[in-house]
Amino acid sequence: MKNNEKTALDQGFENIEPMVFESKISVPYSWWAGETATHFLKSLRDDKKILALKCSKCGKTFVPPRKVCPACFVKNTDWVELSGQGTLQSFTVARRQLAAIQKKVPVIYGLIKLDGADTAMLHYLEGIAPEKIKIGMRVEAQFAADRNGTIQDIEFFRPV
Amino acid sequence: MNNAAIIGIGMTSIEANKVRDTFADMAWEAVNKALDDAGMTIDDIDNVVTTSNDFWDGRTISCMAVGDASGAAHKNVSCVEGDGTFGAFYGLTRVLSGSYGTTLVTAHTKGSQSISSLITNASFDPIYERSLGMDMITACAMQANAYMHRTGTTSEQLAMVSVKNHGNAKKNPLSQLPMDITVADVLKSEMIADPLHKLDCSPVSDACCAIIIANGDRADKYTGKPVWIKGVSFYSDAFFFGDRDLSKALSLEKAAQKAYAMAGIKNPGKEIDVAELYDAFTYQELLWLEAMGLCGDGEAGKLLEKGEFAVGGRLPVNASGGLLSGHPVIAAGLIRMAEVVKQLRGEAGAYQVAKARTGVAQGVNGLCGQSHCVWVLGKDK
Amino acid sequence: MAKKVAIVGTGQTYHKSHRPDVNGQELINEAVQAALKDADMTIQDIDAIIIGNMDHFEGINYVDCWSVDGSGGTMKPIIKITTGGTTGCSIAIGGYHVVASGLYDKVLIIGWEKNSESDTTGAITTAFDPIWDRLVFAGAISGLAVEAQAYIARYGATDRDGARVSVRDRKHAMNNPHAQLRKEVSIDDVLASPMLADPIHLLDVCPRTDGAAAVIMASEDVAEKITSKPDWIWTTSNRHSYSYLGDADYGRLTSMRECSQEIFKKVGIKEPRKEIGVIELYQPYSFAGIIWIEDMGIIGPGEGPQYIWDGNTDMGGELPINPSGGVISCNPIGATGLIRCCEAAMQVMGKAEGRQVPDVNFAISTGFGGCWWTDMILHGKKKPNF
Repeated sequence: MKNNEKTALDQGFENIEPMVFESKISVPYSWWAGETATHFLKSLRDDKKILALKCSKCGKTFVPPRKVCPACFVKNTDWVELSGQGTLQSFTVARRQLAAIQKKVPVIYGLIKLDGADTAMLHYLEGIAPEKIKIGMRVEAQFAADRNGTIQDIEFFRPV
Repeated sequence: MNNAAIIGIGMTSIEANKVRDTFADMAWEAVNKALDDAGMTIDDIDNVVTTSNDFWDGRTISCMAVGDASGAAHKNVSCVEGDGTFGAFYGLTRVLSGSYGTTLVTAHTKGSQSISSLITNASFDPIYERSLGMDMITACAMQANAYMHRTGTTSEQLAMVSVKNHGNAKKNPLSQLPMDITVADVLKSEMIADPLHKLDCSPVSDACCAIIIANGDRADKYTGKPVWIKGVSFYSDAFFFGDRDLSKALSLEKAAQKAYAMAGIKNPGKEIDVAELYDAFTYQELLWLEAMGLCGDGEAGKLLEKGEFAVGGRLPVNASGGLLSGHPVIAAGLIRMAEVVKQLRGEAGAYQVAKARTGVAQGVNGLCGQSHCVWVLGKDK
Repeated sequence: MAKKVAIVGTGQTYHKSHRPDVNGQELINEAVQAALKDADMTIQDIDAIIIGNMDHFEGINYVDCWSVDGSGGTMKPIIKITTGGTTGCSIAIGGYHVVASGLYDKVLIIGWEKNSESDTTGAITTAFDPIWDRLVFAGAISGLAVEAQAYIARYGATDRDGARVSVRDRKHAMNNPHAQLRKEVSIDDVLASPMLADPIHLLDVCPRTDGAAAVIMASEDVAEKITSKPDWIWTTSNRHSYSYLGDADYGRLTSMRECSQEIFKKVGIKEPRKEIGVIELYQPYSFAGIIWIEDMGIIGPGEGPQYIWDGNTDMGGELPINPSGGVISCNPIGATGLIRCCEAAMQVMGKAEGRQVPDVNFAISTGFGGCWWTDMILHGKKKPNF
């Protein structure tokens, strides 16, 4: 069957306008954070402190925290308190109101490596004009006034 | 490796909205084209692997939509959830395992049926990341910035990828977006998320692709010209962006090295004649070229400026127009493979690369190219 | 060069209705660590990983990418195979082909589900065609009830026959520390439990579970160095025969019949009832335990109820079925088919602890799901001779 040939079937359907059926999948979710994430999120909510989890074998320090070190495959047990300051690894400025974005654009996303951690975390950047953002700049966490034990208990990161 | 070949390919056209076709209709078209191409009937197919994604299709058990249309109702069948290159890998193992002589592999998406931002937002970790509202575009924009910062690649060089690929698409009758554009057009187009303009981004499209893999004994039994599978490999990087160096593609480096080794290729920059790479965004074509050792690290932008990756250049990349000219997610990587097959058979028509004997196709899974699958294909046994 | 393939290690979590203490990839890690321990291997020994679950139960896209911390997949080849309820068996079949292909020697296969995180029925409903079937689909149980009614009408069985299967599996689960539901039930308990969809009572069907399982397969080049008692994968078969609910032949599982005939023919098994030592059957509700063993060719059509009442499928019987307690004792859907594979492997390897069937030569594990689909694996103590 070549690209341009119409089958008998196509010819029969030529004058029929295809129907479109609008629908939506609504499957509600409740994700278990697990003990490790719960400990981290409680610290954000109750103490306004960002914690990291360190592997006792290789010493790698993880934010977000990991129950098990992915390389060593042993349980991470050492919690470390971080200052909340870090360095910007990369960023983007969302200009179009893409469907997943809940805030009004422009919204700045940053990848921030906190001092004392070996990995970086995603969050918002605010308090800076997009043109002024530089990879490598110093930022620090700003906590929200209302905190509920989610990653948005950190409201955003801002320049130091 | 010389034990298996691709002996049939078929694909639908790539369109923004195939309003007349269901998933099954697309599969029916692609599968029949592949069978005709190979000179086979569905009875010659020993088993089937379909490739789809439940989120994109809006149904759990998404394979159920295409099984019948792929001739699988009374055959052994399975489904890979991931890019089509991964589905093809599994289809290949089912031939190499000795269980089946031929495998039909399909891959499809109808991007028009969903809201892509929500679909890709669902790839983010539900506890630590998802509520921030990032999606594939903002994530890749972040990667583009990291890559440009490390290598000094410019927005103009990114734009040139778009100009090249949309221009190439003019010669490909199946592509969605053949366009005559300039670098200025790209830089003036709407900034979606810094540094990616609208014309730096692929659309989200509808299409289905099917290929038929045969073992060495069956490869010559039909009329389709076999293209030999020389090497295939895949690797995944870490998940959290902060665990990775976004400016590099370490999992792709590994996959490419292994695929080349299987194929006996020591100098890919010289020995690869044609490449179909996963250019979901302009910067990706450059980053993947470097990670695959097809040019020096940080050099891709400059070499593009010199015309090295144009159809007449040293290493034509995405002569088909690539994903920038039409991006049916999931089918995307399988189409890259099918396009390399066309080139190696000398059947690429107006966008034929002269004297192509060895080609490479690449597919991607996950955010910012977390997981890559690389195929090396050869004209000769 | 095609290789023969054996299971050299298995691991499971202790399955529960809710696991609030872990997120999904932490749950995966428990099963992976258990399997590695069973095989006395490290994650560095693993060449490739296959993973499966049903996306809409956890709401995470590209799970193979998301779960690498738990699966050990960072900088390894990882691929997701998913086919609905049959997933657990499909991934095991996938592991078989990937190892048999000669491309990877030691493959880790992971099946998991955290059903507590979503509305199970809401998610399953999305499996069916949105135009033709979804709006009238009333959840998995209604479809199963139609099958049971059709069988009852054809062969004169009753809900007591179904209840006898529940009693068997819930008793078997008492020997399995990993099973979720570990409390025996009587015939009267089953019949008195709430009617869900005639003739299926609450105690006739599977629960929903958070759990994970992992299996390590290795090629013949290395399997016997890893364990002295590998479980050889003789052959596999599957049929995903239907896409629309109205197409099925209710009262007979056609896909089961096609699969078992293909397997027995290939291997030369003429009397499965005598030659198979144990079956871990993906049996989502009690009546399936009657109907599907007839379709498997163990006994003839309509003979299932008497065969079961006579005790043939109990521990100590001629052909024990579901020594683990089966799916009605435990059902983390993406893992469930792989748990059947684990349990069959443990039987062949002699590692089935308090639920060991003596002298198992051949074992069968199956998967069920989708639109009356079957996946099936034949396990054997001896290395395949073809």
